[in-house]
Amino acid sequence: MKGIILLLIFVVNSARLEAHAFLKDANPGVGSTIETSPSEVRIRFTENIEPAVSSIQVFDASGKEVDKHDLHLEGSDHALLHISLPQLGVGTYKVVWRVVSVDTHVTNGNFTFRVVR
Amino acid sequence: MKFLSFFWLVWAICEFSSTGRAYGHGFAGARFFPATLSTDDPFVSDELSLPTVSTIRTPDDGGTRETNISVDISKRITPDFAIEIGDSFTALNPHDGPAANGFSNLELGGKYQLLKNGEYEAIVSIGLGVEIGGTGGRSVGADSFSTWAPGIFFGKGFGDLPNELRFLKPFAITGQLGVAIPTSASTRSVTIDVQTGERDIEVERHPDVLEWGFALEYSLIYLQSQVEDLHLHAPLDRLIPLVEFALETPLNRGEEGQTTGTINPGVIWAGKYFQVGVEAVIPINERTGNNVGVIAQLHFFVDDLFPHSLGRPLFGENK
Repeated sequence: MKGIILLLIFVVNSARLEAHAFLKDANPGVGSTIETSPSEVRIRFTENIEPAVSSIQVFDASGKEVDKHDLHLEGSDHALLHISLPQLGVGTYKVVWRVVSVDTHVTNGNFTFRVVR
Repeated sequence: MKFLSFFWLVWAICEFSSTGRAYGHGFAGARFFPATLSTDDPFVSDELSLPTVSTIRTPDDGGTRETNISVDISKRITPDFAIEIGDSFTALNPHDGPAANGFSNLELGGKYQLLKNGEYEAIVSIGLGVEIGGTGGRSVGADSFSTWAPGIFFGKGFGDLPNELRFLKPFAITGQLGVAIPTSASTRSVTIDVQTGERDIEVERHPDVLEWGFALEYSLIYLQSQVEDLHLHAPLDRLIPLVEFALETPLNRGEEGQTTGTINPGVIWAGKYFQVGVEAVIPINERTGNNVGVIAQLHFFVDDLFPHSLGRPLFGENK
């Protein structure tokens, strides 16, 4: 029993591989209501991301893309993606993301936030 | 010794978890579907259930404690087709009479993913399973004949509900519908009374059986990442409460409509490389039983553990 468990641990730890990337947290937060226009959307994922083949888009209520198309990583933190925003008016905005983790697993998702002032 | 084994197991789980938080496989769009414990899920993937342990007291022989320890392996041949193999060790402890234990019949299967739609979080697969007769122990009830079981499997997330119903979006359903077709319609057993010499012939009929079931689940993972971040902390943020309905209805040979089955409420915690699930097993009627059982499973996501080797399809690209 102990030998099997140790073998499994060895295999897992020697692999140290990435897995599917999930959204860990975001700013503005998922489903949040905020009072001022955010300057950017930041999403932290559970895995390191390949930014060249990943995307974040922000759409207004009419479906028009409002982000600045400048997706980038946070310095050396390959799990944190940013995209800049112009001054946003009052309304509900939808963030659509699709990311490829460094082991090539693809995941995607979306959420909304609301600007009230 | 038992304490040491338990210690190693706990330590191993902690060690596995410490490699990072979260998460496995079974996706349709933004929806992560966990592997369900009591009903088959629609996903074609590389995975390993080791072990699944269940125990329940059945009404047989005045009440029999039946315990199963099983292993199931699924391996993708192409991105949309996987083969499966499984077996279980069964221990029977009747209230009256001697205990028996042994392996059940070997089970083989194949599953093909027909449709996957990310936008609607929907998936449909078809599969064919076969229980190979004569490969298990007769003492634990393993059949001497084989049984074929074609079926269809589906999954659907509710993420496309309108925003007014956003707290229902984390709901999802998976299900299966199939028919188990035995290769023998009946078996006869003959016993001879040594004192009178009389022969007693018993005929056991084997009907075709409709196998149906579904799992209704509510994903806190989905709630946190897609609907509203409620700032839930571990382990709550990775929980998926669910209830499974696992049912069987004989279709012929004198047993038509005599449905048996269980309702299994429980919870799954989905991590990065594995998930852990536990469910109560509640019989739906007296025919099934009168006692509540339990099923628990440790399930590994092989495609996340070994994405460049064992965890990828033999042919074609990873998805």
